[in-house]
Amino acid sequence: MKYIDEFRDGDIARKISARLAEEVQPERQYSFMEFCGGHTHAISRYGIAGMLPPNVRMVHGPGCPVCVLPIGRIDLAIKLALEFGVIVCTYGDTMRVPASNSLSLVKAKARGGDIRMVYSAADALEVARQNPEREVVFFAIGFETTTPPTALAIRDAQRAQLKNFSVLCCHVLTPSAITHILESPEVRQYGTVPIDGFVGPAHVSIVIGSQPYEHFSDEYRKPVVIAGFEPLDVMQAVLMLVRQVNEGRAEVENEFSRVVSRGGNLQAQALVSEIFELRTTFEWRGLGEVPYSALKIRPSYAQFDAECRFDLSYQPVADNKACECGAILRGVKKPTDCKIFGTVCTPENPVGSCMVSSEGACAAHYSYGRFRDIPVVVESI
Amino acid sequence: MCLAIPAQLVELLPGEQAIVNLGGIRKTISIALIETVEVGDYVIVHVGHAIGKIDPEEAARTLAMFGELAEADNDRVSPSTKAAA
Ligand code: SF4
Repeated sequence: MKYIDEFRDGDIARKISARLAEEVQPERQYSFMEFCGGHTHAISRYGIAGMLPPNVRMVHGPGCPVCVLPIGRIDLAIKLALEFGVIVCTYGDTMRVPASNSLSLVKAKARGGDIRMVYSAADALEVARQNPEREVVFFAIGFETTTPPTALAIRDAQRAQLKNFSVLCCHVLTPSAITHILESPEVRQYGTVPIDGFVGPAHVSIVIGSQPYEHFSDEYRKPVVIAGFEPLDVMQAVLMLVRQVNEGRAEVENEFSRVVSRGGNLQAQALVSEIFELRTTFEWRGLGEVPYSALKIRPSYAQFDAECRFDLSYQPVADNKACECGAILRGVKKPTDCKIFGTVCTPENPVGSCMVSSEGACAAHYSYGRFRDIPVVVESI
Repeated sequence: MCLAIPAQLVELLPGEQAIVNLGGIRKTISIALIETVEVGDYVIVHVGHAIGKIDPEEAARTLAMFGELAEADNDRVSPSTKAAA
């Protein structure tokens, strides 16, 4: 397919790999965090880690919206379905995330909750139109990429004066999460997570542009290269990061210029700010409470805000003790550091959130990377 | 979750909708979130909505940058496409 296949050419990947090997300084260690789960997925799926020089390490970041959704938020959605009897519509990935009381949205559905998987926010709106006698709540999660479609659904619901539609808004913001990581003790003081630069979000940046990342290069002196999700994009971004580090530069560069501009999609931004405002704080799985890192629905649209409409209050819930998702999301640990990785916790039966979506670090490693960990033993007879 | 795919617009429909061709499959999407588009444009589709338009010249430039890299094995190429430009 156009704009996909040509960015997956294996020969060119090997050339970029050779170029990287040539340009890295052997005495130096390079660690780059890929913020987005889309990059984590590409790195595992296309074996990119194996094509990088040994002194270049990729650290997985918290950029998978399913992975960072805390248990307490899923509990709210389950409560809406089981206690308030509303129709809960949500994206497929959220259905299997483990919640409290051994429940998940899938299991709540089996217990009689009317929970429906939708492909888009507009589909949830359609469910509301078709069920005027029922309350319909769209459980909205995602970064800046997924927020504009939710905003559009709320605007359309208002225009159509729909009385039975509301949104449980769990939209979160990328730049505040990156700031939080840079401010975290692991990165700042302890040095347990060295970060020399970031592979910046692809699709998030289509919406918000490359400009919001300039703060990281200016203030924290960290290079950022915004990159597409295809394998050549990721490899090229790593090469561009290596060059910045070698030359002592810290700039925002844009490898994904085919869709990302500095200002981003202004039309989508205007709509988002009409419908949403900043929350003072929001809990992320793995990162805890992060100030100004999420959105809520503006008071003028309160009738479409499920939290107001059903008078919900958020209760934080601790993660499963065995699960290392929190440390993985902060880049402190790798999936294989979790004792139950691949045994008790698998994509079929996830214990933690990182095993649910294919963009989660654990699921990506389970699907594509785990055989690399097994040493090949050749026996001669 | 954040995965989105490039698709070509093949037909504009009323109500800010359009039909895209996704590797042979026709699908109706919303184009309410992007500015003017025409049939033939490639857009990035995410959860049923076009969120951005692909600039064919920039795409060609990025590919050429890889290509150049592929050919010029010995002399350095400096492909920094500065975002802040
Ligand atoms: S393997 Fe499962 S339980 Fe362990 S960190 Fe990953 S998702 Fe969490």
